[in-house]
Amino acid sequence: ADGLEPNSYEDITQYNNYYEFGTGKTDPARNAHTLTTSPWTVKIDGMVDKPGDYAMASIMEAMTIEERIYRFRCVEAWSMVIPWNGFELADLLGMAGVQSGAKYVAFETANRPDEMPGVRFPALDWPYVEGLRLDEAMHPLTIMATGIYGKPIPNQNGAPMRLVVPWKYGFKSIKSIVRITLTDQEPPTSWNKANAREYGFYSNVNPEVSHPRWSQASERMVGGGLFAKRQPTLMFNGYEEEVAALYEGMDLKANF
Amino acid sequence: MDRIRDQINATARRVPTWAVYILCLLPAPYFFYLAVTGNLGPDPVKPLEHKYGELALQLLIAGLCITPLRQHLGINLIRFRRALGLMAFAYVTFHLLVWAVLDVQTLGRVVEDIIKRPYITIGMAGFALLLPLALTSNNYAVRKLGVKWRKLHKLTYLAVFLGGVHYIWLVKGIQLEPLIYMAVILGLLALRLRGRKPSRIAA
Repeated sequence: ADGLEPNSYEDITQYNNYYEFGTGKTDPARNAHTLTTSPWTVKIDGMVDKPGDYAMASIMEAMTIEERIYRFRCVEAWSMVIPWNGFELADLLGMAGVQSGAKYVAFETANRPDEMPGVRFPALDWPYVEGLRLDEAMHPLTIMATGIYGKPIPNQNGAPMRLVVPWKYGFKSIKSIVRITLTDQEPPTSWNKANAREYGFYSNVNPEVSHPRWSQASERMVGGGLFAKRQPTLMFNGYEEEVAALYEGMDLKANF
Repeated sequence: MDRIRDQINATARRVPTWAVYILCLLPAPYFFYLAVTGNLGPDPVKPLEHKYGELALQLLIAGLCITPLRQHLGINLIRFRRALGLMAFAYVTFHLLVWAVLDVQTLGRVVEDIIKRPYITIGMAGFALLLPLALTSNNYAVRKLGVKWRKLHKLTYLAVFLGGVHYIWLVKGIQLEPLIYMAVILGLLALRLRGRKPSRIAA
């Protein structure tokens, strides 16, 4: 994405939704320091050739880190531009060897009541889980982020490794991943479990499909100040050219 | 206990009501200033909108406390009830203005949201209920309406309840704070139901 002016490091790391550390926007930055992110192990299992517990350090060794400046659109109708550092999810899945029958990828966030004060209250059904169709997961825009602005990703942003799917609402981009499972069934996703009427499995950014409680036609750009004008929201968050083909022939109003 | 009560009553008698108006109004410019100067975070519209909404609910709840405080504890703060009510109305108005002007920004979408989004419809209904109450919060209207004034101002109960529902409905997932507000509101309303029986017998 060219011509995008990234938000400041402070905006990106002090304004977060990460309910495991509290539901307020500043709670994660205040509380997430308690999360132990090293050592870290990611279990990759299900329909893969090489299932097992992968040490985060060995994943980092095997992957080539690059920068991706992406728009980030929250389902709450605010947005940012974030310079992520990371690698394509396809490369990680390639390392584990995806078997031919796999159709979906399921993800799971760490669930540690001792380190995550928010999971002591059932704001959601913990642990946080998310999922993608395999072709979405293999898309070159889909990355695992391990850094922001060239620095290791802060805990409140999903350390040590989080998903980033730039054409979907932010909650799809699951944080602090401990498990990745290849499956042939559509996996459950946290917000869909909490309220299926409001949050679908796909959750592609779509200005024409409003959230039942608010319009998604426009967004407030974080960092614009009190009097900033709302900006129109772009189809697939501006990545229509790259990803529209994934959904050809699908009714996006029904599959929201 | 009696000494504490008498002390509170004596102190309250010395506090002029205009001081309550000033005290209640101060947070409005203060939080607006924080929002303008970037001290409410990088997305200041929502925190400001929510702060005004919360203050409105808090003032409405404070207003609901006046009668039970007198009935059950003998603490008489009734002189301040009008100020609390009017200030609550002011904050509902500020909340509505920030939402409409700074957040949603276009009249068409404001109208659309009020019609299409039930939690906003409910919030607007609460505001609409408070409007006649604010307009009749003057000595002339109290005298003119007499018994009807008391009946009319019972609309507060419904308005506060709608405010509590509005808050629960607008958050994502299950969150504790709106549930606490609702519990307090329901508790204060329940005190009214209980308090009515003896007065009926007395009448």
